[in-house]
Amino acid sequence: MKKEDVPQDPSALLGVTRDVCYVKDKDGKYTTDLSIGWDVKKQALDNAWDDIKERVAEAALKVKKGEISPVYYFMELKLMDVALLSSYTGFWKLTIRRHFKPAVFRALSEEKLAVYARVFEISSEELKHFKG
Amino acid sequence: MEPNYKHLQAAHCENGVATGLLRHHGMEFMTEPLMFGMGSGIFYIHIPFMMVNGGPAISYRSMPGLIFSRTCKALGVKVNRKKFSSEKEAVDYLNQQIRLGNPVGCQVGVYNLPYFPAEYRFHFNAHNIVVYGKENGNYLVSDPVMETVTTLTEDDMRKVRFAKGPLEPKGHVYYPENVKQVSQEQIRKAIAKGIRKTAFEMLYIPGPIAGVSGINYTARQIRKWRDKLGPRKAALYVGQIVRMQEEIGTGGGGFRFLYAAFLEQANGYIPNDELLRISDEFTKAGDMWRASAINMGRIFKGRLNEQKDFEESADMLDEIAAVEKQAYKDLRKLKLL
Repeated sequence: MKKEDVPQDPSALLGVTRDVCYVKDKDGKYTTDLSIGWDVKKQALDNAWDDIKERVAEAALKVKKGEISPVYYFMELKLMDVALLSSYTGFWKLTIRRHFKPAVFRALSEEKLAVYARVFEISSEELKHFKG
Repeated sequence: MEPNYKHLQAAHCENGVATGLLRHHGMEFMTEPLMFGMGSGIFYIHIPFMMVNGGPAISYRSMPGLIFSRTCKALGVKVNRKKFSSEKEAVDYLNQQIRLGNPVGCQVGVYNLPYFPAEYRFHFNAHNIVVYGKENGNYLVSDPVMETVTTLTEDDMRKVRFAKGPLEPKGHVYYPENVKQVSQEQIRKAIAKGIRKTAFEMLYIPGPIAGVSGINYTARQIRKWRDKLGPRKAALYVGQIVRMQEEIGTGGGGFRFLYAAFLEQANGYIPNDELLRISDEFTKAGDMWRASAINMGRIFKGRLNEQKDFEESADMLDEIAAVEKQAYKDLRKLKLL
């Protein structure tokens, strides 16, 4: 890539940092330059986030319909999967999948709710009363 | 002790931390490209059956930690690494190093890094920063992807050092020890060794998923994605390739420009026109990776795509594989020492 071809498309980096790019200067020697972003990258990242937002919205809808518990919703919201949630909570994956069932969730002890609440960075009340 | 670490912005976090730490210990000649090349940082692997953020797991570089370890070994420097099972021990150890005035590398997860752009905060645990001091209860941090130094609270530091999931940091702290001045001869040897290792790995690692053949493997997968996953998910997968290739930390073109810069600098230590010619081949490969990203961008931009778009992207990857294969073969033939 030549120095004059370094993309400067505003992206999520704006106001935070710039990307170091290794580029050729006009004498054909390598140097570094800073880029505020590249549309192709931005689009890829935006798409990934659109997908995440859709998944979170779907999860909220399922909670609303009473098909799944708030644990599932907050797991999606925090970009986690069952394996990661299991590492953070110390609960087994199978246990967590059981907690996805609204009936099982309603019967959860305060201790277990508190563990989820801590990991999701919310209060136990917020977790309990999330309606989708 | 007064903190005196000199912040170094780099394309890639591990290179940046490793280069900064060695320079701090008096190795003034060290640059990011030299670190990357001596440590045989350039690589390619497509790990099947593994998903990263719901997409394919592809890496353009060697395993986290390897670059620093290999370069230090080649230069006769010892790397002291510590991981912890107890969070308290990890905090105490870091504080102790700071009191000694010893800047250290820390492996962290980015999900809880408050100064990172929100859109980049995924559960990715192989990020590297330098911690070089503490002021008013906050840690002084030099993060190579940032333009300037930054800080982390004690609580944030604990969270990022004990992030969970794949590549868990477990409080991982590392720093070089007994750094002595190295001779030009040692530098030349380290360069030659790094190049030989890279050429070997890219050409001869058995199996279809790693090295140059891994690029062909990805191409074969891309041809199948649309039928297998449907147009929408296939487009997301392609987007993931572009993110791995161009995101913060690669210097563009999946590290290929960085490697081209290394070969150019290598020529300064071991004058050889072939190094410059092959450097140009890597620049060409980097440009081809960028062109491939633009082409893939068309797939995920409108979400309207056809099989022929995927075939085109796959063809481009096969072409890149051919260019790189020749370049590694030429590197292997070089008589450097």
